[in-house]
Amino acid sequence: MTKTRRIFSLLLRLLALGATLSATIVMVTSHDSAEVLNLTFKAKYSNESAFKYFVIAEAVASGYSVIALFVSSKTLLWRLLVILDAVITMLLTSSVSAALAVAHVGKKGNSHAGWLPICGQVPKFCNQVTGALIAGLIAAIIYFLLFIYSVHTVLTPLFTV
Amino acid sequence: MAQQDAGKAEVGFSISRGAQRGKKKGYWLLLLLRLVAFMATASATIVMALNKQTNTFVVATIGNTPLKATLTAKFQHTPAFVFFVVANGMASLHSLTMILVELFGHKIDYKGLRLAIIAILDMMTVVLASAGDGAATFMAEVGKNGNSHARWNKICDKFHTFCDHGTGALLASFIGLLFLLIINVISITKLHIPKSTNYVGVP
Repeated sequence: MTKTRRIFSLLLRLLALGATLSATIVMVTSHDSAEVLNLTFKAKYSNESAFKYFVIAEAVASGYSVIALFVSSKTLLWRLLVILDAVITMLLTSSVSAALAVAHVGKKGNSHAGWLPICGQVPKFCNQVTGALIAGLIAAIIYFLLFIYSVHTVLTPLFTV
Repeated sequence: MAQQDAGKAEVGFSISRGAQRGKKKGYWLLLLLRLVAFMATASATIVMALNKQTNTFVVATIGNTPLKATLTAKFQHTPAFVFFVVANGMASLHSLTMILVELFGHKIDYKGLRLAIIAILDMMTVVLASAGDGAATFMAEVGKNGNSHARWNKICDKFHTFCDHGTGALLASFIGLLFLLIINVISITKLHIPKSTNYVGVP
């Protein structure tokens, strides 16, 4: 792989590492409490299993990003890396989607099921969850771009011959 | 086409060199996988789209007459389930299209990019299907167990059939997602990713 290609894919992986790491950290540190009618209403990410799944998936993805930074393109592992990229992309998109679905109920409620929105009582928690979700979405998009770039890298030499 | 002869069957799957109608072992295997993925995602779509249950509850008693309220649980009430239906519908459409292209469209190619386009489309379908599955799974989990911290009551104890059908649709879509992922990995390996990407000495 030429130098520019290697540098570009390293850059994409660094960005993905940053995005997944920030998503994990922002979600883990999100908590808020409110007093409603003498009842303390505490909101933490661990109260909801979708957010726990989000944290675990992003942590796994950031660990993978760190490892993938050090795989040289000249070894056999590069082929495995493209396949693992696809699997991690799938993991990331499903976690972002799950957290987004639950956060949507938290923000807008679900009148048919009688579920009231909670964002009015714990706005700080809601804002941090929104930030974590945005970072997670960016990470998923970057991983998808990495996949397309790997496909492009494999194909382009065929056209220059 | 400038496909190199470094293209030995890398992982034992067939090399589709454009117009070659090679009916090797890998050809039928891939077709079978796509067929299973199509059936799984199509059944998930249909079961969830027809998911509806109506129930009558006694909400209060005035004197001796109970007041009844009729409540309906439909999949449209939850945006996550709507997305689930749409995502699985598109995944099944994609699988069907790919089956037809493999059976009848051997000569379809665009500047030699056939394998790349199939790989990218497969990846997009996996991403879409996984997003739909993730959202629906966790919404179903909230519906089944409720969330005491947010004061969200569970609904599965009142709408058994709705929850059962939803669970069935989810299981079918998980199977479809697994097969879609396997197909994606096969499409990636078909791209002849070489052992090293040093294209210095291209013959």
